[in-house]
Amino acid sequence: MEILISLIKILVVMLVLLTCVAYLVLVERRVSAFIQNRIGPNRVGYKGLLQPVADVLKLFIKEDIVPKLANKPLHRLAPIIAIVVSLSTIAVVPFGDKINLFGYEIKLQIASVNIGILYVLALTGLGVYGIAIAGWASNNKYSLLGGLRSCAQIISYELSMGISIIGVILVTSTLQLDKIVEFQHGWRWLILLQPIGFITFFVAIFAETNRLPFDLPEAEPELVGGYHTEYTGLKFGLFFLAEYANMITGSAIVVTLYLGGWQFPYLQSSGLPEFWTSIIQVGTFAAKVGAVLLFMVIIRWTVPRFRYDQLMDLGWKFMLPLSIANVIVTAFIIYLFE
Amino acid sequence: MSIDTIVFFILAATSIISAILVITRRSPIISVVYLVFNFIILAIIYLTLHAQFIAVIQVIVYAGAIMVLFLFVVMLLNLGKEEMLTEKITYKKRIAIGLAVVMSVQIIIGITTSFGEHPNQLSPLATQIGTVEHIGKVLFTQYLLPFEIASILLLAAIIGAVVLAKKRIG
Repeated sequence: MEILISLIKILVVMLVLLTCVAYLVLVERRVSAFIQNRIGPNRVGYKGLLQPVADVLKLFIKEDIVPKLANKPLHRLAPIIAIVVSLSTIAVVPFGDKINLFGYEIKLQIASVNIGILYVLALTGLGVYGIAIAGWASNNKYSLLGGLRSCAQIISYELSMGISIIGVILVTSTLQLDKIVEFQHGWRWLILLQPIGFITFFVAIFAETNRLPFDLPEAEPELVGGYHTEYTGLKFGLFFLAEYANMITGSAIVVTLYLGGWQFPYLQSSGLPEFWTSIIQVGTFAAKVGAVLLFMVIIRWTVPRFRYDQLMDLGWKFMLPLSIANVIVTAFIIYLFE
Repeated sequence: MSIDTIVFFILAATSIISAILVITRRSPIISVVYLVFNFIILAIIYLTLHAQFIAVIQVIVYAGAIMVLFLFVVMLLNLGKEEMLTEKITYKKRIAIGLAVVMSVQIIIGITTSFGEHPNQLSPLATQIGTVEHIGKVLFTQYLLPFEIASILLLAAIIGAVVLAKKRIG
C-alpha cells in the first residue's frame, strides 16, 4: 500500500509539474507581449489557452537533425540528463502537510529524506553535465562556448547558493525540507530572519536556471542558441522542458526555504475542518510558487543581460563574500542568544 | 533472498560493468561519462546501507565537482586521433597483470571463506551512524583535531593553486 501511495504521488506530481511547465511557457509569452505592448499568442483555443498543446505537437512532428560530425551517443544522452535531473529535484519539496483521503493519512511530499537540502544541491551539481555534454557533442564552436560558459556560471553561483543555505540550516537546525517549513509557522518566515541569505539564494537560483539577466549560455546575439544550437525537434523540446521545470522547482525551493512553504499564518488555530486546512495549505504553496514564477518572468523582460565579466565579478566578488558574511553573522547571533 | 540482497547484486553488477567500460572505451569523454555513472551507482549503494550523508557527499564532491573538472580537461585538451591512445603491452604490464590476477584470487578466496561467518544484516546502530547529525557531532567533538588539520591542508592547497596560477601570468 505504501508503495502504491508513493507511485500515485509521483504520478500526480509529475503530471502537475509538466502541465505547469506548458502553461508557464504560455504565461511567459503573454507577459512578454504585455510588457512589449504586443498581443502575444491568443488564437489557439480560448484566449490562446491551447497554445501549449499546439507547441508540443509541433515539437513532436519536427524532423530530428543530428549534425554529421556530432558524437551521436552523447548528443542523444545530453537532453536525457538535463530532463532527469530537473524533474527529480521536485521529489523532496513538501507541497502541503498531511491529508486524509479514503482513510489513509498521506504526507504531501514524495520523499522526506534526512539529507533534504543536500539532495537538491547534489542534483543541481549534476545538471552541469547535460549542458556541458550537449555543448561538446554538437561539434559546433557556439555550442561549446555556450556549454562552457554555462558550466562556469552554474559552478560559480552554486557556491553562493550552498553557503546561503547554511544560514537556513543554522537557524532551523535541520536539513529536512518539511521540518524547515514546520519551523516557519505563523509569521516566522525565514525571509524575515535571513533577508541577505534570501537575496543571495534567489540571485543564485536565477543563475542556476539560466534566466535573464544571467542567460549568457544562450545569449542569442553572440552565441546563436548556445548549447542547444544543434538540437531540433523533441530533443530541443526536452532542453526547453528542463529549463522551465528547473524554474518551477527553483521557485518551489525558494518558497520552501524562505517564504514559509505551505504555511498559511494562523490557519491551524482557525478551527476549519482538517481536510479543508490541507487543501488551503496546498493552495497557499501553489499561490506562493506562482507569485515567485511571475516575478522571475517579469524580471526577464525588464532587466538587460550582464556581460560575461560582470557576471563573474558579481558571483565571486559580491555574492560569495556577502553570503559568507551572512553565515558568520548568523552563527554569532545564534551563539550569543542561546 | 531478500529484496535488499537482490537490489545490492543489481547495483553491484551495474557498478562493475560501468567501471569496466571506463577503462575499455576508446573515447576519453565516454569514459568520463561512465565514471560519473559509476560514482552515482556507488552513491546509491551507500544509500542502501543507510549512509545518507556519505552518499550525497559522493554525488556532490566526486560526481558533481571533480568529474566536471575531468570532463573539461578531456574536452579541451584536444587529444587527437583515438588510435594514438592505444597502448602496447610491455613486460611491465605483464608483471602488473600477473600481480592483479594473484590479488583478485586472494580477494575471492577471502570473501568466499568468510561468507558464512558474519550475519548478512545491518546492526541497528548502522542506521544512526550514517546520518548528518551523528557525523557532525563526532566530527566536531571526538575527531576535531584531524578535521582541522585536514582543513588546513586544503587551505594550503588552495593557496598553492592560486600562487601557481599567478606565476604563469606574471
